[in-house]
Amino acid sequence: MKRFTGFVIKEFYHIFRDYRTLLILFGMPAVQLLLFGYVLTNEIKNARIAIYDASKDEISRKISEKIISSGYFILEKNLMNYSQIGPTFRDGKIKLVIIFGSKFAEKLEREGKADIQILGDASDPNTANILVNYATGIINNYLISINAEQVPMRIIPEVRMQYNPELKGVFMFVPGIMAMLLMLICALMTSLSITREKELGTMELLLVSPLRPIQIIIGKVIPYVVLAFIDSCIILGMGKFVFGVPIEGNIVLLLAICLLYITMALSLGILISSITNSQQIAMTVSLIALLLPTILLSGFIFPVENMPVILQVLCYLMPPKYFITIIKAIMLKGNSFIYIWKESLILILFTLIFIMMAIKKFKIRLA
Amino acid sequence: MNTILFIIQKEFIQVFRNRMMLPIIFVVPLVQLIILVHAATFEMKHIKVSVIDLDMSTTSRKLISKFEGSPFFIIKHTSFSDKLSEQEMKKGNVDMILHIPYGFERRLVKENQAKIQIVIDAINGASAGLIEAYSTTIILDFNREILVDFLSPTVLTATQDINVTTNYWYNPKLNYKTYMVPGILCLLVTIIAFILSGMNIVREKEIGTIEQINVTPIRKIQFITGKLLPFWIIALFELAFGLTLGKLLFNIPIIGSLWLIFLSAAVYIFVILGFGLLISTMTNTQQQSMLVSFFFMVIFILMSGLFTSIESMPEWAQKLDHINPIAYFIRIMRMVMLKGSNFHDIRDSFYSLVVYAIVSISFAVWRYRKVA
Repeated sequence: MKRFTGFVIKEFYHIFRDYRTLLILFGMPAVQLLLFGYVLTNEIKNARIAIYDASKDEISRKISEKIISSGYFILEKNLMNYSQIGPTFRDGKIKLVIIFGSKFAEKLEREGKADIQILGDASDPNTANILVNYATGIINNYLISINAEQVPMRIIPEVRMQYNPELKGVFMFVPGIMAMLLMLICALMTSLSITREKELGTMELLLVSPLRPIQIIIGKVIPYVVLAFIDSCIILGMGKFVFGVPIEGNIVLLLAICLLYITMALSLGILISSITNSQQIAMTVSLIALLLPTILLSGFIFPVENMPVILQVLCYLMPPKYFITIIKAIMLKGNSFIYIWKESLILILFTLIFIMMAIKKFKIRLA
Repeated sequence: MNTILFIIQKEFIQVFRNRMMLPIIFVVPLVQLIILVHAATFEMKHIKVSVIDLDMSTTSRKLISKFEGSPFFIIKHTSFSDKLSEQEMKKGNVDMILHIPYGFERRLVKENQAKIQIVIDAINGASAGLIEAYSTTIILDFNREILVDFLSPTVLTATQDINVTTNYWYNPKLNYKTYMVPGILCLLVTIIAFILSGMNIVREKEIGTIEQINVTPIRKIQFITGKLLPFWIIALFELAFGLTLGKLLFNIPIIGSLWLIFLSAAVYIFVILGFGLLISTMTNTQQQSMLVSFFFMVIFILMSGLFTSIESMPEWAQKLDHINPIAYFIRIMRMVMLKGSNFHDIRDSFYSLVVYAIVSISFAVWRYRKVA
């Protein structure tokens, strides 16, 4: 036991003496969360638009005013003719062009019908879609206000954004960054630290020492468990106190799930390190096989349901997906264990499989 | 000059002798384009709806069938209690609840307006925004239809109507893949260039071979050029490969000039290589270098406007993006490829990249010391 503690202390020294890595390990969650929490919002406001008003009468001006004062749009430019539209879009600043047909007010008055054309720069399709929708909504509201006496009949939708009323991006990033960072620290860092000993030749020294192989592995892993756990507490704490991301569910359950995920990632890291001998390969494998799926195939940013079926199947093979689902369910929806037992069980299964494979591989190396 | 050629030769040999290198060069772009483009999509197609219809009237049924008929919505669940529907949302089985209250049709006829409630699972703000946009479009359409149903034609003609037509330029079908491919190509070039250069000198340091180079008469500038050029060529090759794949697999439009794309890429890659080298000279182990690169790359990428638009960021973040080379390159690529912008349109971003390239390379050269 004494030998083992000595070994663990050695590992801690390794980590603490490398102050750059340490700084990044603790700085990364903080900086990323701060940045993304404040920077990445899905609300679209202050979109720059251009207006081409061929009639310039009272009503077209009124509608333009309504659109600009809505808060979503900033008028960047008044166009003089139709041919200016192409160059304006190509210049890249303007997202939307609103065109009023000629003799707008006159037509509306006499024929009861007038035309507005909305052109969206759909090289960014989602923004275009949402902006066109905003603009149409504003015009429709105006229409209702001028027709108030005759035809007020309409259905008014009341929209409630459940769990995240302000559409804050940070609600996605807390679970996502946790999944990503824990994977990075546990799987990548452990696999690198073990392959490094192999590459430098010091693994030989460890193997001929009286320490048992299992002790070496556990000793290597313990410091990273501690680091990862501290990191997850930092992320949760910052999410709660800086950004007001609620923790609706049971915090003990939440931390237990984090520990489970950490164990899973560690066993994956050990598995990787037992397969390869060089840091570069360990790193490439970890980057491609771990981080890419953690960011993309886990529902971190992009909802899994929208993907093609083959990718959805792939998603179901990715442990981070289950972790993110559980964390969202506990933190944001306040679900109890009954709702998440399936996902937890799957995570446990993954862990067991990785550990078994790692043990099998590791023995061969020792022989 | 000869010295540089020899270093270049050495680097190429080293790169290609590495077993992992060739798969990385060819497989990574394939995987990225195929998986990323399909995975990174906000195209909402199957929004799962739970319907609570307490009114059970003709109008309410008509409204529901409107939702049913839309390609975006699937009615997954119907119930008569808020509790049950909310439970389904908690389980993650539905994304949206459409609640039509009792007395909906009567109110619509008598009071001329009626409310319905839409509850959206907004944990993912981006999809929630789209779900809202889609459902309000349906309701607006429906509003027009019921006018025709309920009102006599004489009243209808007395009203004033503004006919709004919408037109989506450059991407009329709102295909999200068209939007993602240029961004992902940027990502591809960035990752390859960054990893190759960031891991390079530090590896020589770790293995100890840097000592051998340090004692040779090779000059600093020769050494750096010799190190950078092979990666520059590989990264440009990757871009060409990626563009071909994008054209073949996704048939993405390349409206602007190819020369302009490659010219900007050539400058941009120097920026990234300079960064990579800088990190490489400042760290001692590959593990460190990896972490530092990863740290900066994630920040740069997420702030670059690849996934969320830069305009909706707070002002200080937009200012911060002036020092983000990826943001410039993504803007250039999207503008040139999708809109056919010419040099005049992108000149600001282009010159920024040029300045950036000069700064980052000279910084890396200055930082590199021949003394270990």
